Amino acid sequence: MKIAVPTQLVPDLVEELVVDASGSYLDPSTVRWVLNEFDDYAIEQAILLKERKGGQVTVLTQGLDGADDALFAAAAKGADRLIKLNGDFETGVKIHALARQYLPVLKALAPDLILTGVQTHLNLDGTLGPILAESLGMPYVGYVSGVTLGDGKVTVIKEYPGGLRAEMEVSLPAVLGIQSSDTPPRYVPISKIRQVMKTSKVDEEDCGDMDESGSVLVDNLLVPESSEKAEMIEGDVDAVAARLVEILKEQGVL
Amino acid sequence: MVEMVALNATDRIQDDLLLRSCIQCGDCSGVCPLGYLMDFPPSKIIADIRSETYARVTKGDSVWMCIACSACTTVCPMQIPVTLNVMSRTKEELVLAGNVPPELQAALENSQRYGNPEGESPRKRADWIKGITPAIPVFGREKRSADILWFVGDYASFHPRVQQVTRAFARLLQLLKVDFAILGVDEVSDGDSQRLAGERGLFEYLAEKNSRSFGKYSFNKIITTDPHAFNGMKTEYPKLGYSYPVQHYTEFLVEHLDQLKPMLCKEVKAKVTYHDPCYLGRVNKIYDAPRTLLAAIPGLTMVEMPHTRQNSLCCGGGGGGMWLDGFQWNKGHARVSEWRVGEAARTGASLLVVACPYETPRFEDAVKTTGRVEQLAVKDIIELLVDAI
Repeated sequence: MKIAVPTQLVPDLVEELVVDASGSYLDPSTVRWVLNEFDDYAIEQAILLKERKGGQVTVLTQGLDGADDALFAAAAKGADRLIKLNGDFETGVKIHALARQYLPVLKALAPDLILTGVQTHLNLDGTLGPILAESLGMPYVGYVSGVTLGDGKVTVIKEYPGGLRAEMEVSLPAVLGIQSSDTPPRYVPISKIRQVMKTSKVDEEDCGDMDESGSVLVDNLLVPESSEKAEMIEGDVDAVAARLVEILKEQGVL
Repeated sequence: MVEMVALNATDRIQDDLLLRSCIQCGDCSGVCPLGYLMDFPPSKIIADIRSETYARVTKGDSVWMCIACSACTTVCPMQIPVTLNVMSRTKEELVLAGNVPPELQAALENSQRYGNPEGESPRKRADWIKGITPAIPVFGREKRSADILWFVGDYASFHPRVQQVTRAFARLLQLLKVDFAILGVDEVSDGDSQRLAGERGLFEYLAEKNSRSFGKYSFNKIITTDPHAFNGMKTEYPKLGYSYPVQHYTEFLVEHLDQLKPMLCKEVKAKVTYHDPCYLGRVNKIYDAPRTLLAAIPGLTMVEMPHTRQNSLCCGGGGGGMWLDGFQWNKGHARVSEWRVGEAARTGASLLVVACPYETPRFEDAVKTTGRVEQLAVKDIIELLVDAI
């Protein structure tokens, strides 16, 4: 069972976001890259499947600062192969372009199952999973929160709004957009990561030119302005409710 | 003829952890504030190691009730380092197995990635100095030496309530004309609580980072307001080869008392009680310096709580406790910090005085959750000293 997990590094929101002078992307010198949260779940799901039925897990990511940290942590959790794409990702490459970079590498790997985080906060022109699936001619199911392996197929739990969940059978090879893994991402002690850094290596794949056709063009990127206004409503339940109704009427909602 | 019997694995483990002399008296489990909520309190863990049934201990999770207060270590008649060799050692096993409550997992991951358990941006670690005049000296390219390196710490740097204490301490240092500087963004967590929470590798990583920063500058000693950082740098950093003279602020200020006392001319009329922090008092035997400082404040009356000095009742923050409140509350609906503020209130004091950055927020929270906001306030000794100036 060969599982590939193409991931994305995204700007870490713990740091302040500074827009570049051009106004169309973040200032790369201020960005700190972190593994997309849903990709963390995708890696965990891949490792869980490997632990249950055996197989090989390959984790891929963009060659940005922080890639090695993310890949070695995955290796410490149990990933077998680590691949880094060398290319110009600093200005936040679009999903269509990223998918095109991943395509030849994934084709060469010929995985039975591709797991990827269902979305990132950077996805302006779509999400990675469906674009990869379409290009590879594979089925795609997104918002998956549970995966069970079968014979030549997987059974997945897909989440819908309103608390509905569907159980679906998907024939392999397939691409799944992971929302959450069966169990939360495990903790990896730093001693294990340091150990793995000595024994694992990261393979590098050079990217060709970025082909952004099909993407959106960012005209202007703005950091939301924060202002201060909070009205603390005092009084008992009836007084508060009355004031709330007043405010809603003032705002034209009622 | 004496027949030599080979040591088996269990014997060797016991020897390594100094557990052979345990007489199973149960004092450790008895004195443990949360022992009654553990499936395996300290003496039981030792018993399980001996009977080779330790696996059931590591499959459970009640060791996460341990707050590393060291009461067990203090009362052990055989002087076994119970906190480190039994409780933290078990936590280490659970961490390796990935059996870590999610809150604590987040704190450990944050420490790894951001150099602080709160998950704050490391670039903002010295933001608290903004607006302070004269400006707080920061070690860097332009400033390579000072008499004192002030190690600020995680909560003192980022937590809004503790930042107030930090700024008060900066004021004291400036009034005393101390030649000091801080590391600023080069400082990372001391790592001592993370060590006791079972992540020894993380502690070593953080210690390495800090010592690399220390090594860039020249100073005569390190001072800190944090007993955990004090403990880490005094006792554990030297084991890794990073040895620096270090003092907790109470010792440092007592050394400067001749200079400080004449400045304390405003009366602070209050009845106060002092809480001995675990890592200042019980673990590092510093009981008198804080009391000397309080005695120097005019107008103050100090009463002791029943659990005083080496019998102090932990605030619950150590050994990972800062990041286990949800887990511990779910297990037992008990908070040691709530017991402690109750004890403080019963002395008739209106002010609970502390000397550790975990304690100000923890006890203030406990005062709120036990409905004692009108009765009891919480302040660090530093804040009272500044009030008296």
